[in-house]
Amino acid sequence: MTGHDDLPAAARTRQLEERLIAAGLTSDEEIDEFLTRLYTKASPVNGARMAARAWTDPQYRDLLLSDGNAAAADLGMDRLGYALRVVPNTETAHNVIVCTLCSCYPVSLLGPSPGWYKSFAYRSRTVREPRAVLAEFGLTLPDEIEVSVWDSTSEARYMVLPARPAGTGGLAADELAAMVTRNGLIGTALV
Amino acid sequence: MSFPPGARVRVRTGDPDHHTRVPRYVRGHSGEVVAAIGTWTLPDDSARGLAEPRVETCYAVRFSAADLWGSGDHTVTVDLWESYLDRA
Repeated sequence: MTGHDDLPAAARTRQLEERLIAAGLTSDEEIDEFLTRLYTKASPVNGARMAARAWTDPQYRDLLLSDGNAAAADLGMDRLGYALRVVPNTETAHNVIVCTLCSCYPVSLLGPSPGWYKSFAYRSRTVREPRAVLAEFGLTLPDEIEVSVWDSTSEARYMVLPARPAGTGGLAADELAAMVTRNGLIGTALV
Repeated sequence: MSFPPGARVRVRTGDPDHHTRVPRYVRGHSGEVVAAIGTWTLPDDSARGLAEPRVETCYAVRFSAADLWGSGDHTVTVDLWESYLDRA
């Protein structure tokens, strides 16, 4: 069996860590703590809970759209290390998130980003021809739906609030949250 | 200078040899300020390790695809620090 430790990327990463530690910028303990937090808590379940709550609680929806960080705190989440901006899909408008400069993304609310989000193709094409990109994800939007692309070039991180699917009136909050996908929160799926 | 929501702004065309957060595809283009979204250290200065980096308002600025690419019916909104912008 081959472990990840054997990969050239792992050796490069370790060299970088050692340089940073030697420079006094971090420590092994700090890196371990960060990774533990990332892999145990960062999940699209968090973003999904926020979306489902916004679907059922108009006051929370207002908070989510005006102050995403306060809305995350309101659900008991750890303090976000970024300014969260949430953009809502409606019957006439669809939003999609990209980072053309690198791969910025609200990791704690969506989980580690998918490989395609970091790909040159997604980053370059989404700002140029989002309807074609979305169609390749299986999401063909009617012409009358306005498409807004958000390029995450600053310290803010963006998340899409999907529109609540029709026919979900009787569902409880946790059932609604279970419908929301990571791609829905990026905007490459409807929900 | 600060830009209220709705203000028309133009992105400066400079091509610095240091880090910047201005994507090339908006340089020289005009857009509309959606909102001021925060006040943060200018990455151009912090990346160069300047002792006193500028701290500025950052704006979400919306561009029409037709303006950027000559085609497309969507909009692209980009976050841009005040130093990147002039009033159009």
